[in-house]
Amino acid sequence: MPRNRRPQLALAALGLLTAGLILAFMTVGAKGNWDFILPFRGRKLLGLVIIAHAVACSTVLFQTVTSNRILTPAIMGFDSLFVLCATLLVTAFGSTAMAGFDPRLIFAANAVLMVAASMALYRWLFRDGTEDLHRILLIGVVVGILFRSLAEFLQRMLDPNEFMVLTDMMFASFNAVPLDLLGVASLLVGLVTLWLIPRLPRLDVMALGRPVGINLGLDWRRETMAVLVAISVLVSVSVALVGPILFFGLMAAALAHLAVGSSAHRHVLPAASLIAVSLLVGGQMLLERVFAFDTALRILVEFAGGIIFITLLVARGRR
Amino acid sequence: MIRIQNITKSFGRTQVLQDVSLDLPEGGVTALIGPNGAGKSTLLSIIARLAPADGGRVSIDGLDAHQAPSADLARLIAMLRQDNHLTARLTVRELIGFGRFPHSGGRLNAADQAAIDRAVAYLDLAELQHRFLDQLSGGQRQRAFVAMTIAQETKYLLLDEPLNNLDMKHARAMMRLLRQISQDLGKTVLVVLHDINFASCHADRIVAMKDGRIFATGTPRQIVAPEVLADLYETDIPVHDIDGRRIAAFYD
Amino acid sequence: MPVLAIAIAINLGLAALSLFVGVSQVSLSGLWAGQDDQWLVLIESRLPRMAALILAGATMAIAGVLTQTLIRNRFVEPSNTGMMEAAGLGLLLMMLLFPAAPIIAKMAVGTVFAMAGTAIFLAILRRVPMRDPMLVPLIGIMLSGIIFAGSSFVAYRFDMVQSLLAWTQGDLSGVMRGRYELLWLAAVGAGLAWFAADRFTVAGLGRDMASSLGLSHGRVVALGLAIVSLVTAIVVVSVGMIPFLGLIVPNIVSLALGDNMRRAIPWAAIGGAGLVLFCDILGRVIIMPYEVPVGTIMGVIGSAVFLWLIAGRRRAA
Repeated sequence: MPRNRRPQLALAALGLLTAGLILAFMTVGAKGNWDFILPFRGRKLLGLVIIAHAVACSTVLFQTVTSNRILTPAIMGFDSLFVLCATLLVTAFGSTAMAGFDPRLIFAANAVLMVAASMALYRWLFRDGTEDLHRILLIGVVVGILFRSLAEFLQRMLDPNEFMVLTDMMFASFNAVPLDLLGVASLLVGLVTLWLIPRLPRLDVMALGRPVGINLGLDWRRETMAVLVAISVLVSVSVALVGPILFFGLMAAALAHLAVGSSAHRHVLPAASLIAVSLLVGGQMLLERVFAFDTALRILVEFAGGIIFITLLVARGRR
Repeated sequence: MIRIQNITKSFGRTQVLQDVSLDLPEGGVTALIGPNGAGKSTLLSIIARLAPADGGRVSIDGLDAHQAPSADLARLIAMLRQDNHLTARLTVRELIGFGRFPHSGGRLNAADQAAIDRAVAYLDLAELQHRFLDQLSGGQRQRAFVAMTIAQETKYLLLDEPLNNLDMKHARAMMRLLRQISQDLGKTVLVVLHDINFASCHADRIVAMKDGRIFATGTPRQIVAPEVLADLYETDIPVHDIDGRRIAAFYD
Repeated sequence: MPVLAIAIAINLGLAALSLFVGVSQVSLSGLWAGQDDQWLVLIESRLPRMAALILAGATMAIAGVLTQTLIRNRFVEPSNTGMMEAAGLGLLLMMLLFPAAPIIAKMAVGTVFAMAGTAIFLAILRRVPMRDPMLVPLIGIMLSGIIFAGSSFVAYRFDMVQSLLAWTQGDLSGVMRGRYELLWLAAVGAGLAWFAADRFTVAGLGRDMASSLGLSHGRVVALGLAIVSLVTAIVVVSVGMIPFLGLIVPNIVSLALGDNMRRAIPWAAIGGAGLVLFCDILGRVIIMPYEVPVGTIMGVIGSAVFLWLIAGRRRAA
């Protein structure tokens, strides 16, 4: 029986690429004391890897739950929802009181709020099934704008003088990942990944859509809700670390499908994750070392991702 | 046996199913017919636990279709819908392999591979098995999906309007296949059909529905009769005997 | 027309209110008593602000009516067709390359960029044969996002984030005498749209229908979108982006009155002016003595109403 070796080959190539980029990130242009450089760059690298992995996994999972290759949590407003949850929490307790808390505690509270709120959002968005893709997309996009506007409004109300400080916090850059959250973020992302591994075959079935999934014996409601909790946790981690990024996940997932030419999650998930890591680590290195210009990575990602999104939409419209 | 007891269902204010009760014995092909909006597809979806009922219960060999673990039911009953659009890009063999999921949980062993081989052979898909689904014609794709339900090795098979979008040749082949499946593999087949002549020629039993209720049940000879059809479809339909089969002539 | 009279009366009331709301005290008794400082605030700041509010609101709403008629989609307006962001990019590039250019030149370049943005948008739409009404604004929002990412890149590279923010957030707190008068030009453009309303209505029936009625479809659409681009560029350069205004006001007018443009335009103008006046007054009083920019408030109200409009479509379908 002829077996398709392409996914394995693609994964191996991506693995090598990622490893090479990581090595370069750690060593290129390093001057002086290694005892300082390694931990310093290592923390930065860890941040980028966690963000990339969280965004890639949450996107692929979301596309599986919705049986669609265009929808992503960020595009459907989940990222903005996290910002809104965070802002609501600050509004409720006051910014001075919040300053006294451990940031990890605040993050945990945000994540819990986020899980509950995203369940409600998902139920509302998909209450009529996913038949009418464009409307659901448009509603998701506008919901995202609404959340963002509400968050901005609340931030203005909180402290008009410190508004810029607050928005800076929400739009942290890849270069300034909050280090105090790295530990808890790695732990959460690691746990979710471990939880996913035995579920890979079930995810493959889920990607066939609700009717086929139920027919093949999935407890659809429970499974989707469980995956959604995982997505919410991953989104919470990535937004808390770098703020919302609209198109990055879409880019990673689309490229992963192209690269492995398979729909099996055991290929797509690692591929998406490796591609995301390569894009972030490689892009950050390129901007820092070659162009000496390090704030713009997210802008470039949004620019390229937006073009990919429109291309996907147009291609889909043609079919 | 599939036992349907007092099923009711409404969407908003429209009552789609009103107190439907029906016993489907094992074996043979049963055709579900009736005018548009009679509730045929809804009933099928409720039996296959794709939609919840507002009231009543469905039991399949004693298992409650909406209470029993979905995984157990998946080894007992399979359903094929008319719209089988997939986002995932799969080969025919991969798709058929998913039919083994209820048995294997996703890790295919030798027995699963053998079942897949049988399904591939049964539907004559050996040539196509490594092609991607989106490279197939509509009729071929339909066969691949039927092969998936065969590999699922369930006792019951439900199909919702499987002849939609098929030309005469493929429609006829599909109906022959369903009969063959029920004879060779001992499956109980329940199929929603629009064309009553296919029901008349290929079904062992016909269940006619109208306005969310069971209108009549019987053999093709009993149901495909002018007086029954006139009431069912509210239009006069002459019926002819051609080579020992009842054929409704509604094309004039 | 008693309803029209009531609407105008409400607008006049809001306009009058906007003169007397704010951190610096301005009151009728003070003005009557001839207090110079109050007269100064009134003439230098409050009156220009009121005029800017009315002009920006009315012209953006008319621009929305025109965009929707010509693109033949209910859910588009300058801020989700690439137009507003492209105008902003044009202004930014002018600031960068020719910082000393007069404002009218900057506005002209902004207009040209807005037209180019619209052209790109229309070119993408032509490549989508399936014209799902929901797809059109979706592509527009994403295109706007891409253009905005381009602007942000330029702004970061050349340290101009502050100027970019000034245009992206509709804010009238800085409006003073001598800094808003370009808006009168926008009003001229909007007036032109009213004058040619019948042509635009016919063009809105589609190329085939318009041609069989003897109208040069392409030319009329180009003229209409040029007017919209001009209005958009002027509003962006004088008060910043006010999102959704051109979307929700025309839709509500259309729900109430139908789609004859000649009838819809005055109502859209009144509605737009009234809504912006209301939002601006709200922004001034809600956290006195600070201000919430009108763009922020419109973002919340506008996206909520837009959502309601799309959801309403669900019921109709």
